[in-house]
Amino acid sequence: MNRDDLTTSRREFLGLASGLLIIFPVQAQEPTRLPSGRSGGYPSDFNAYLHIAPDNTVTGYAGKVELGQGSTTALAQLLAEELDASFDAVKMVMGDTDVCPWDMGTFGSLTIRQFGPVFRGAAAEARAVLLAMASERLGAPVESLTVKDGVVSNGNGKTVTYGQLVEGKRIERHLANVPVKPVSSYKVVGTSPARRDAVAKVTGQGKYAADILLPGMLHARILRPPAHGATLKEADTSAAGKIDGVRVVREGDIVAVLHKHRDIADSALALVRAKWDTPQPTVDDRSIYDHLLKVSPPPRVVAENGNLDAGDKLASEIIEHTYYNAYVAHSPIETHSATARVEGGKATVWAGTQTPFPLQQQIAQALHFSPENVRVITPYVGGGFGGKSASRQAVEAAVLSKITGTPVQVVFSRAEEFFYDTFRPAAVVKVRAGLTPKGQMVLWSFDVWGAGDREAKQFYDIPNERTRSSGSWGGGNPPGLHPFAVGPWRAPSVNTNTFARESHIDIAAAKAGVDPVEFRMKHLSDKRMRGVLEAAAARFGWKPASGPSGRGIGVACGIYASTYVATMAQLNVDKATGHVRVERVVTAQDEGVIVSREGTLQQIEGCITMGLGYALTEGVHFRGGEVLERNFDTYELPRFSWLPKIEVVLVENPEVEAKGCGEPPIITMGAVIANAIFDATGKRLFELPMTPERIKAALG
Amino acid sequence: MQRTVSFTLNGKPTRVTTDPDRPLLWVLRSDLGLTGTKFGCGEGLCGACTVIVDKDAVRSCSTALKDVEGKQVTTIEGLGDEERLHPIQQAFLKHNAFQCGFCTPGMILSAYALLLKNPNPTHDQIVQAMDDNLCRCGSHVRVIAAIGDAAGSMKGAAK
Repeated sequence: MNRDDLTTSRREFLGLASGLLIIFPVQAQEPTRLPSGRSGGYPSDFNAYLHIAPDNTVTGYAGKVELGQGSTTALAQLLAEELDASFDAVKMVMGDTDVCPWDMGTFGSLTIRQFGPVFRGAAAEARAVLLAMASERLGAPVESLTVKDGVVSNGNGKTVTYGQLVEGKRIERHLANVPVKPVSSYKVVGTSPARRDAVAKVTGQGKYAADILLPGMLHARILRPPAHGATLKEADTSAAGKIDGVRVVREGDIVAVLHKHRDIADSALALVRAKWDTPQPTVDDRSIYDHLLKVSPPPRVVAENGNLDAGDKLASEIIEHTYYNAYVAHSPIETHSATARVEGGKATVWAGTQTPFPLQQQIAQALHFSPENVRVITPYVGGGFGGKSASRQAVEAAVLSKITGTPVQVVFSRAEEFFYDTFRPAAVVKVRAGLTPKGQMVLWSFDVWGAGDREAKQFYDIPNERTRSSGSWGGGNPPGLHPFAVGPWRAPSVNTNTFARESHIDIAAAKAGVDPVEFRMKHLSDKRMRGVLEAAAARFGWKPASGPSGRGIGVACGIYASTYVATMAQLNVDKATGHVRVERVVTAQDEGVIVSREGTLQQIEGCITMGLGYALTEGVHFRGGEVLERNFDTYELPRFSWLPKIEVVLVENPEVEAKGCGEPPIITMGAVIANAIFDATGKRLFELPMTPERIKAALG
Repeated sequence: MQRTVSFTLNGKPTRVTTDPDRPLLWVLRSDLGLTGTKFGCGEGLCGACTVIVDKDAVRSCSTALKDVEGKQVTTIEGLGDEERLHPIQQAFLKHNAFQCGFCTPGMILSAYALLLKNPNPTHDQIVQAMDDNLCRCGSHVRVIAAIGDAAGSMKGAAK
């Protein structure tokens, strides 16, 4: 029985099963589970999230995907913990629209923070039901039972396994209001088991969307415009069509060449002659900031306390600056990839995507299929960072498979990856702060254009403050605001807002003549923020001095979705070349309950390393809708030779539920480097990225 | 202009009849079905497609099939498997020296070429040898630690 047959039988089974009660016997493993919730919330039946086989192995199901963030492992830990199953007996199936519960997508550090409680709740209810069943089987009250590794004991030598109780069937009994375990009793959560994807990834056996090779499959290359907004006038595909084995598709807006070998499809595409109407560029990477201020709607108030005029009156010194950051690309090493097979009115699409369920709807719409006839399977994804929330390549593969009647693979070239990326938006932030003669901040006005309002509100104790925002990465922008698509980029909005806020706080500290850590502490009553700042300072060995001290040290802190971060850095600036060498970074993080220590460390190290890029080199060059970045020769990602010594302090906080850890530490990287450059040189950089040219210009 | 190109692939004699100017990357992935070698940039700028030719790490996207005629080609599939991991693979596993894993085969093979030439590299030599292999997830510190560790265990095994 192949997977598709299995799916069909599962659906038939479910159709028949509705209305029936008690445990229902079925052959295959997956059909015992309930259908996924459809576009609107997580299903309430715990069977949607887990299945227990007769051999006591447990399969967990999640609509989340594995992007490298280690969620396969962390979710297995949660499931094993709440179910009291053996961690080694738990496997995860993720991101498959036919067998996993509906999910909006893998972004926003929501896997642990938002899906985690749902998943734990399902497992806790299942455990309670299993104990009730075991109580009947063993003839002992529930209170007398103990469970270890999925084996229930009555204390007098009688045992029964979960697998024996369930016999591979769906569990029809349910219990309401089952509490999850208290943190104090955690045994699996908080440890660092080996990653589930490790062997597959070090042996090259792990499959990504481009590694799905189907019989008869063609690789498609699609004719792309030279710039966003360009329209096709004419295309001559005759030379391409003469290559042996090349198929040409021209239908609607699509001009594509297909071949069984990717490189020959590449050669064929190079032979396609096209004429385009390209609009005159009206904005480029230098004029974009004026453009944003001109085209954006008026900023709306996000947060307001006290009165700005009152703050103005109290202040003896006003500090006012404007901060800028460029568009930034996601640049996963795996470009957008998908393999599609459309036949017999059904579509199966293997896609590198962060959003399999929304993608299922998009593909159904494009094919004029009912969503039930579209299955999206998410294999390993070679990095996402928000950029694979959009998955046009998968829609294109499905459409071309339908047209050609054969399986089709679409794998973006690196140039296509840059062209269709949903960039982190360029942004402008204007900040105005006021200090009393005693160095107390009494005024804070923060206006952001382009980036979005997430975590824009400041968290210091400032009596008169207002935060306003206009435009966003998340849509709703006026047409023409951005010359191409923008979208979520690891910790959306927050890199921009933290860069501006923490740079400005640093300027205020220097104006007040106070050490930047002491200055922050003086304005902080939030215990979690004080906690991470103290922890970072202790590890770093922070010695107070007012800036610029010439030591090249900096500090920045921030909050992302209730995870707290403080980062300190030490760097050297080569004054002749403007080149920055970051020597050491210390990050302290409070993410509440820590699910996987090792996973958290990997995420923090990854954020620090990735964050060096948007701080120092990464900014998209463009002329109108033409993206000038085509490959990694002009768009520089962080490399081995850039690496600082990285030290991480995990601040234990079992009183707070587990929060996300895959995004927060990146938010401080722009400001901590800008502040350390100021400390080293006395010069302030107001624009990201802080390239050697800009640093040289600042140094004069 | 098809012709037959012969080379040794992961220890096995291999013959491919095709246009010899085609990139080795796509012959491996598409003609031979070895998908452990990844496409990342197509211009030799990211290292995801790295394979070993004789003893050198080369970018298979920028290497023509004809250039490996008569040579020994090793891909990630030839280095070790689940039952018998190579010490470098073991070290990557031990240090969790990957996240999304897409650059990992290229990283491991670049490290392999380094250790073939220099069994006892310094930190700086590791950094230098790996500098053109890009990783977007930021696993760099772990990759360096894993390579240092693998060097030690490979030396131990040779004794």
